[in-house]
Amino acid sequence: MLLIRCPYCEEERPELEFRNAGEAHIARSANMAGESDDDFEKFFFIRSNPKGIIYERWRHMHGCARFFNAVRDTVTDKFVMTYKAGEPKPSKLPGVAK
Amino acid sequence: MKKYSVFAIAREAMRGHKGWEEQWSSPEPRKEYDVIIVGAGGHGLATAYYLATVHGITNVAVLEKGWLGGGNTGRNTTIIRSNYLYDESAGIYDHALKLWDGLSQELNYNVMYSARGVMMLAHNVHDVQVLKRHVHANRLNGIDNEWLTPEQAKEFCPPLNTSKDARYPVVGASLQRRGGTARHDAVAWGYARGASARGVHIIQNCEVTGVKRAANGAVMGVDTTRGFIGAKKVGVVAAGHSSVIMNMAGVRMPLESYPLQALVSEPVKPVVPCVVMSNTVHAYISQSDKGELVIGAGTDQYVSYSQTGGLHILQHTLDAICEMFPIFTRMKMLRSWGGIVDVTPDRSPILAKTPVPGLYVNCGWGTGGFKATPGSGHVFAHTIAKDDPHPINAPFTIERFRTGRLIDEAAAAAVAH
Repeated sequence: MLLIRCPYCEEERPELEFRNAGEAHIARSANMAGESDDDFEKFFFIRSNPKGIIYERWRHMHGCARFFNAVRDTVTDKFVMTYKAGEPKPSKLPGVAK
Repeated sequence: MKKYSVFAIAREAMRGHKGWEEQWSSPEPRKEYDVIIVGAGGHGLATAYYLATVHGITNVAVLEKGWLGGGNTGRNTTIIRSNYLYDESAGIYDHALKLWDGLSQELNYNVMYSARGVMMLAHNVHDVQVLKRHVHANRLNGIDNEWLTPEQAKEFCPPLNTSKDARYPVVGASLQRRGGTARHDAVAWGYARGASARGVHIIQNCEVTGVKRAANGAVMGVDTTRGFIGAKKVGVVAAGHSSVIMNMAGVRMPLESYPLQALVSEPVKPVVPCVVMSNTVHAYISQSDKGELVIGAGTDQYVSYSQTGGLHILQHTLDAICEMFPIFTRMKMLRSWGGIVDVTPDRSPILAKTPVPGLYVNCGWGTGGFKATPGSGHVFAHTIAKDDPHPINAPFTIERFRTGRLIDEAAAAAVAH
């Protein structure tokens, strides 16, 4: 089981309190009806599914109930960092060699 | 290839078993092949086998980064059934089921297909409605599936707890008698032996690191840890790593990879005569011919390539197993493991041509690809050989996620996801 740090509660809590909410930083169109089929497919279905660093959303379902973002390595399942929803995608990751 | 038979056993017994030959050869890779298959699991090896036997294409290499059958083929719970809801799914899974029947004879290799029946339990009114809908839909498609009362379910699987005060009362069940299990390793080995005997090269410990494309976009071959290998046609059958390989060719996929776990108990005498699945409490169980209880759990909730998973997922499944089969509460579990499954948004596979000429993909089998192995290989070989899908896999395109013509087994599947 993963230990996940909620950036709002500022505490590491067991995974059971959280729900994974998929890939992060996929912006929903402000004009969904005007989206082309190609763009809708990219938004709705296509995922980067990386072997390595992933940017993903979690929700502290059985805690503060808020959404936040996390950076995790999908090979080791180690979290690099978590940050609040709305904050920009971190350009530099602590402890990750580029 | 020397045929296996009772006479071969007798002959080798006389000679001190010195005459058995290697089941498949391990040749050096050629510079170029007609077709390269990426991934020597059951689906990839079956594809190579049918390319050779049905289509006469034998200049084929199957590249494998690890060892043959060491991925999900060796990690699944070996359940075979075809009781899917939609016509498209029924078509492909029943095509596979028909091939399972007779596969041992076809391959001259005992894959131990055992049609012991797959029973799916209903615990509440909703389950009854869903499973009965499946029974009717299956029968319209010519697939056997029948409805059992709790008493009939108990008769079919005596260790099942059907008492009225059970935590998860059994209020009925559906039964596909043609469903069952097979020996997963033997499936990979049998296809490998058959393909190798017809000239297919199986190259293990050879990881694909890139896909080369010509100026016009068409596939030229693959870079590997053993150098560049050319081919005008490349079939990607890499399960959890399919999207990684497809990214090398510049194709982004509607796939996410999750760990899926299973576990086996210590071996005991025959006690579970069939496969029992329960969607609602998420547990499924069968007994291998060695005597181990084979138990499948669910996926973890996050994308991962770690081939392991959270202990709480196994615990959840074992809780359910112990409620349904109280006699197993004191059994010891022997081993648990995880495999990486590639899941599509509609939980149906993708077996298709891709936007890249000469590149084909067979992926997205998610949590239940083993059962489809022969059928998947058969129609995927057709797709590669003819550069055109077989009618059975024609609906399983990548484009369905753009057009919206999904095969939405996810919402109404009989399968535990």
